Parts: sequence; C-alpha cells; structure tokens
Amino acid sequence: MWLLQLAWKNMWRNRYRTLITMAAIFFAVILSVIASSLKEGIFNNLVKNVVSFYTGYAQVHKRGYWNEQILDNSFETAPAAEQKILQQKNVAGITPRLESFALVSSGDVTKGSLVAGIDVEKENAITGLKDKLVQGIYLKSTDTAILLAQGLAERLKLKVADTAVLIGQGYHGATAAGKYVVKGIVKFGSPELNDKALFMPLAAAQDFYSAYGMVTSYVLSFNNTAAAEASVIAMRSSMDSSYEVMSWGDMIPDIKQHITADSNNMKYVQGILYMLICFGIFGTLLMMMVERKFEMGMLVAIGMKKIKLMVLLTVESILTVFAGCIIGLLVSIPVIYYLNRHPFGIGGETAKAYERFGFEAIFPTSTDAAIFINQGLAVVAMGLLISLYPVYKVIRLNPVAAMKK
Amino acid sequence: MNTVIDAHNISKVYNPTTIPVYAVNNVHLHLQKGEFTALVGPSGSGKTTLLNMIGGLDRPDEGNIFINGIDITKLSANELISFRLQNIGFVFQSFNLIPVLTAKENVEFIMQLQKASKQQREERVKTLFAQIGLQDKLNERPSRLSGGQQQRVAVARALASRPQFVLADEPTANLDTKSAFNLLDIMAKLNMEENITFLFSTHDQRVIDRARRVITLVDGRIVQDTAEVSTQHEEAAAVKT
Ligand SMILES: Nc1ncnc2c1ncn2[C@@H]1O[C@H](COP(=O)(O)OP(=O)(O)OP(=O)(O)O)[C@@H](O)[C@H]1O
Ligand SMILES: [Mg+2]
Repeated sequence: MWLLQLAWKNMWRNRYRTLITMAAIFFAVILSVIASSLKEGIFNNLVKNVVSFYTGYAQVHKRGYWNEQILDNSFETAPAAEQKILQQKNVAGITPRLESFALVSSGDVTKGSLVAGIDVEKENAITGLKDKLVQGIYLKSTDTAILLAQGLAERLKLKVADTAVLIGQGYHGATAAGKYVVKGIVKFGSPELNDKALFMPLAAAQDFYSAYGMVTSYVLSFNNTAAAEASVIAMRSSMDSSYEVMSWGDMIPDIKQHITADSNNMKYVQGILYMLICFGIFGTLLMMMVERKFEMGMLVAIGMKKIKLMVLLTVESILTVFAGCIIGLLVSIPVIYYLNRHPFGIGGETAKAYERFGFEAIFPTSTDAAIFINQGLAVVAMGLLISLYPVYKVIRLNPVAAMKK
Repeated sequence: MNTVIDAHNISKVYNPTTIPVYAVNNVHLHLQKGEFTALVGPSGSGKTTLLNMIGGLDRPDEGNIFINGIDITKLSANELISFRLQNIGFVFQSFNLIPVLTAKENVEFIMQLQKASKQQREERVKTLFAQIGLQDKLNERPSRLSGGQQQRVAVARALASRPQFVLADEPTANLDTKSAFNLLDIMAKLNMEENITFLFSTHDQRVIDRARRVITLVDGRIVQDTAEVSTQHEEAAAVKT
C-alpha cells in the first residue's frame, strides 16, 4: 500500500514528464483506434455497399451457374432447399432471383440491361431495394411492371408511368418480349448497376423468359456479416452437391484483393505510428532514469530490495500507461461514433477509382468494440514493454556508481 | 568485547590491469559499540572507498569485514541489501531524502522496508524527531527544509532502523558552520545518550575536533589512529598505578 502511494507521488514529481508520457499514450490510443476503425469501417462499408447493391453476402446457384451465367443453368425453386438454407446457422434471410439479359427500348433508343426477377418483399429485406427508389413507387409481387436504374432510365429517356419494350432470349431458346410500365426509378451508388439494372417481380420475369418455377440464384443475408465467409464454408459441406454456395469474396475477388492489399498498407502505417509513440515514451523514461539515478542508488544503499524498486517503477508505469490509455479510449469512443455518423468523404481520382469498384466514396468508421479493446491492449502492451527498460536498469544498478557525482 | 566492525587486511584496487590505484591499501580497523569516530585524510585518500566497503556497498579485493561477527564479504548482493537494511544506518553527503515524501514519511520509509507496524513507526518517529529537534517539520517535504535540517532528518532515518552503527560520508560537507555544529551536536548527543556508534568521514577540522577517535588515511593507508594512542596512554596509566 505504501509502495502504491509512493508510486503515485513519484508519478507527479515531474508533472510535465508524466503528462507528456500520458499524452503520448493518449494520442497513440486515439490514432490507432481511429486508424483501425477507419480501416475496418471502410472495408466493411465497401463490402456492405458492394454486396448490398446486388450480390449479397452469399449466393446459392445450380452448380456451374457462376461460370456460365445463362438461363439454362437455372434451377427449380425448391421450398425444401430454401428451408434448409434458412436453418443454417447465421443465415438471416433468403431471396430468389431469376437473372438474365434483355434489350430495353424506348422510342429509338435501345440499351442492354441486366434483368432481375425478384421476390419483391424478400429482396427488399435483403438488399433494401425500396430505399433506393428516387421516383415512383415500389413493385408489388403481382405487378407486370418494372423498376429502372436511374442511369438506364436517363439514357432511355424514360420516366415513371412511361412504357418500355423488352426483348430477349428465354429459357431453352424461347423468344422473350413484352411491354412494361415503369413504376419507379432506383438509384445505385455503383455506376455499373446504375446504368444497367432493371427489376421486375419474379412471376413477371418467369413469364417473360418462359422459365416458369425457375430461379438462377438465392441471395442470402447473415446475422453476423463478419462471419459470412465461415458460414459459407459450413454451408458448402451441408448442401447437396448440385448446388454451389459462393461468398461475396468468391463472386467479387477484386474487392477481396483490394482489401487485403490495403489492409497490409495500413499495417505499415500503424507500425510507424506505434514506433513513433514508442520513441516518445522511451525518451521520457530515459529522462526519468537520469533524474532519479542518484535517488535509486541511495534507496538500494539504505536497504531497499531491488525487486521492490522494480515493482515501484512498474506500478508507476502501469498507472501512467493505463491512465493515458483509458482517457484515450474514453475520448476516442465519441470521436469514432461521430465519424461513423458523419463519415469522411473523398473526391477526385480516388473517388472515381472507388466508384469503379461500385462503392460510394465515403469513409465511415467501424464501431466494433473489438477495435477499442485490441488497440487499447496493443498500446498498453507496448507501453509496458518499454517500461521494462527501467526495470532492467534497476537489475544492473550499482548503488556506489549511481551515487557518484 | 562489543566489537561492531572488524576489518582485516582490506584492500581495494582500481584499474588493476593498467595503472593500479590502491584506493584502500591493507587496512585493519576495529570499532567498538558506542564509538564516535572520524575518518580523515586528504581528498582521494580512500575515505569513501573504505566507508563503502564497511557499509557493504562495495566489496574489497582483499580481506574480510566482520560486522557483529558476520563476514559481509561472503554475502550475496541480495543478502547484502537486507543486511544493510537491518544493520547499518547511512547518512550521505546530500540528497539523502526521497523528494516526494515528507520528513516523517522519509523516516518511516526505512521502517516500512523493515515491515514495522504503524504503531511502532509512529512511536519511533516521535522519539527521533524530538531528538533531532524537528517536531515542527514532520510534514514538510525535503525541498522546504534547509540543508542542515535535511541532514538531521537523514540522521533520524539512519537511526530509525535501529542499526548496529551509522556510517556518514562527509555529512557536513554541504553545510554552513552553524548547521554543521548543530548536526554534530545531535550526533554526539545520540552517541552519549543512546550509545549509538558513529563512523563518519570529514575534511572539516571543526568536525574532527568533536570526534572522540580520529583515524587518518593517506593514500589508502591508516597513518594515524588516536585510539591506539589513547590505548597506549591507558596502558601507561595502568602500568603506573
Ligand atoms: N570507480 C573508480 N575508479 C577508479 N578509481 C577510483 C574509483 N573510485 C575511487 N577511485 C580512486 O580511489 C582513490 C580513493 O577515492 P575515494 O573517493 O575513496 O577518496 P576520498 O578520500 O573519499 O576522497 P574525497 O575526500 O575527495 O571524497 C582516489 O584516488 C580515486 O581517484
Ligand atoms: Mg569521499
């Protein structure tokens, strides 16, 4: 107890030095929390954006569909299979799609489009399609109407309540043609989707393509999106081999590579940050050791065991490091939440590059508790590791040499 | 006999391989309980080196040092620390005190190292501060005490652990005359009244005059020891009667 009191008093013997050390740790915590929360947040947002535009976190197809995305690789909707997928751990929802291509014309303009026949309610639950509406109203399952992506609608000069003509190739070579009223316009962050996508109710699409009862994919959502990959692996082993289960990483490998590469770059940045902080703390420790050398020699001379002196110095370090760390965490929590609500945006070439990946150029932070814990622990560990230096010096302390002027 | 310090043939050599410096050269020293002894000599004569070896802070290259019959040259570094805590009181030239603790806490500190109870510490602090005449400065930090007062607190701290003897290396070197005398008075009084054994080094003739025994070192050797003279006187006196 008296040792603890002495440690506390020693901490404040040179207020500025302790405050500098605390500040170094404080900023280390804040910066590393922000850095890793931004990293996590950006990647999560990137993935969320990309998958929620269209792909979802995972999909189930007939085996071979992904390599050859044609209607002939569709499969019959099977409530039993659907039920089975829904029962898998972590799976939150499932929605069927019948996807293919078609030419859309209006007046003398014709454009290629990506037609998705969707279960209107389930699709909305998973990809939030309704929220992307900028004009008109959302589809009903019995409609024979369409939703057009904004870019596509502009190119075709189509507005809500106008009629579009669709021509394509149906199931087993049948001809597909039809006239559909534009019920709404949806806007996508991804330029590619925004220029191509067209939605209609599943029944209408099956009718258009003469693919009655058929779907090309089930799109899945997860309760814990971070565990999506693991859940996909688990599903693969439990699903019938006539299906293929793919995660977002399998379907959009370039995004995955981009994340891995960026993640590695971020590690260097963090490494440099950690090093700077370490030097800062080390400098103040060196100062302290010089200042207290005589006194420590005197303490050992009069009979203070070195182990006690080491405990004393360690307690001082722990108090300083923890205080800096806790204040850092307390300050970083609101900062991170603020940056989560009001994310950084970027512009210029970088923004365009991100948009090419089909992703909005905003940088929200991740509020995952694990980030605060991990970064806090990392900084504490570094602080304590550096604090071993005075302990080492005490082991080598020779009181006669230390007290020599 | 009550021999407290018994040093045999001790030597300390610096730079043995290049130009050897015999800081202490083949010294014999005996101190009885209750002695009040000054160690004097010119600068560089080996006073500090000798005191450090007797205090178990430094090891002789040759010879043995017995403190109350225990050969401290045989103790490990860790054993020496405990030995110092329990047996030897130290007063250094300056910066004796822990700056963040009050005078009282500095004196208590050594008893805390000895794991003395709160009550024991309180009683001892009270007695010691009365003896050094600083009852009114108990709760002052060292920086608010004069150099002389700090040294008096250091003496109290040295005594707090109830050591076999107190070693003081130039305790008055940084003090003005008045404070130096005052410190010496307190030490002498403690020696007379409590039979505390003191061994201190000094340059200061006024301090030397207060000592009851004076050992003079030159070039690491004892060239004069008044104890031997007085013993001869006593023997002579004894022969006469
Ligand atoms: N660490 C060391 N390395 C080399 N020589 C040393 C060392 N310490 C002391 N000496 C030498 O040993 C001799 C005795 O030194 P010591 O400090 O014991 O003398 P002193 O009598 O205490 O002197 P002062 O009155 O100046 O304090 C001196 O010649 C000194 O230069
Ligand atoms: Mg000296």
